[in-house]
Amino acid sequence: MSVVELRGVVAVLGRFPALAGLDLTVTAGETVLVQGPNGAGKSTLLRLCAGLVVPTRGEARVLGFDLVVERHTVRRRVGLLGHATGLYDDLTVAENVTFWARAAGLGRVAEARANWALGRLGLDGPLADHAVRTVSAGQRRRASLAALAVRRPDLWLLDEPHAGLDQEGRDVVDDLIGEAVAAGATVIVSSHELDRVRRLSPRVVTLAGGTLVGDRLGVVRDA
Amino acid sequence: MREVLADLSLVAAKDLRIEFRSRVLANQVAPFALLVLVLFGVALDADQRTLRSFAPGLFWVAVLLCALLAVQRSVAVERADDAVVGLRLSGMSPAALFLGKATAVLVQLLVLEVLLTGGIIVLYRSSVEDVALLVLTGLAAGVAVAAAGTLYGAMAAGLGVSETLLPILLLPVLAPVLIGATRAFDDALGAAAVDGWAWLVLLAGLAVVLTLVGALAYRVLVED
Repeated sequence: MSVVELRGVVAVLGRFPALAGLDLTVTAGETVLVQGPNGAGKSTLLRLCAGLVVPTRGEARVLGFDLVVERHTVRRRVGLLGHATGLYDDLTVAENVTFWARAAGLGRVAEARANWALGRLGLDGPLADHAVRTVSAGQRRRASLAALAVRRPDLWLLDEPHAGLDQEGRDVVDDLIGEAVAAGATVIVSSHELDRVRRLSPRVVTLAGGTLVGDRLGVVRDA
Repeated sequence: MREVLADLSLVAAKDLRIEFRSRVLANQVAPFALLVLVLFGVALDADQRTLRSFAPGLFWVAVLLCALLAVQRSVAVERADDAVVGLRLSGMSPAALFLGKATAVLVQLLVLEVLLTGGIIVLYRSSVEDVALLVLTGLAAGVAVAAAGTLYGAMAAGLGVSETLLPILLLPVLAPVLIGATRAFDDALGAAAVDGWAWLVLLAGLAVVLTLVGALAYRVLVED
């Protein structure tokens, strides 16, 4: 089953096409690395798949839903880790993760799921009660990943997930991605850390100028 | 409906917790509100009769100026680290999100109204002659201001220049609220012989309309 199906997708942001006729298919359970130079359209591709960018032209379906008319349904089933962490500075790490668990409609299991995610990302213990504004950039990034992980989305969209993390944190992220895929999720990762992500992803997609210029298994081509 | 109420309380509690921790209301907005009252008093030359007569209008102008700060803060909390993207992906209903954020602004406005009421009693020697009218007017006008502020705050943020654009967009919309609340307070404070309860009915109608419009329109502003 195809989780992402893009056919001739154009996405114009401002006056310029960030995606210029992109074709891409991602099947369920795949882990795909998206690489390319700055401005290639990697982040726009992830935001498009999250239903946050509406395609200007072309056909786009994610998880079987049309990205123009059913993007609100798509949004509930994907998880996006962007450049910003999406956390509230004045709440603690635990309060942030629990808030996003409750916002996702997890109800009674929200707190248990939040505790699981905090532990999984190494944020349990005293650190969980620290205000986000007082923790390091790497811990903040981990908290953001925990807020994503609590939702257990069908499609993980990760934009530079290793950025700002120490070695231990990077390993935790890799484990988390592996566990998500093992549980049946699909993962699309945008990263410049090719060696690390290549271990996770046998498929490497290369973008340049908003179009697909490479789609290979097991080969990373420097962009 | 239960989901909407749960999401509403989740968002309102989150915003109020953030305001309690950051102390922006206590350390910045509340002193600003009192400063406005003092400056009005100085500008009007401390003539007690004039101040008592103008107190209702000065009170509500101060509330509107503080509401601008509270709304801008409410918007900034979501924009600071792109938390608004998480809200769009959460599946939370936009109406619940709107009502939650408006409720948090309302609670802050009610706290400020209590403070300002004390301010006009102490500084302007105003006296309360109809407590029920005073309280209900404060509540109805507070709901109207919070609803319009939350809606226009999201609109201005979407245009990317919220700090400067919000007052231009919001204050004209709130002019009827200012007039109605001032007239009702004229009666409640014995500052003028008007039928304050009739003005309260108008305020209640405005509060309902602005809340309904906000709940319906928020989807367009936040989701698209």
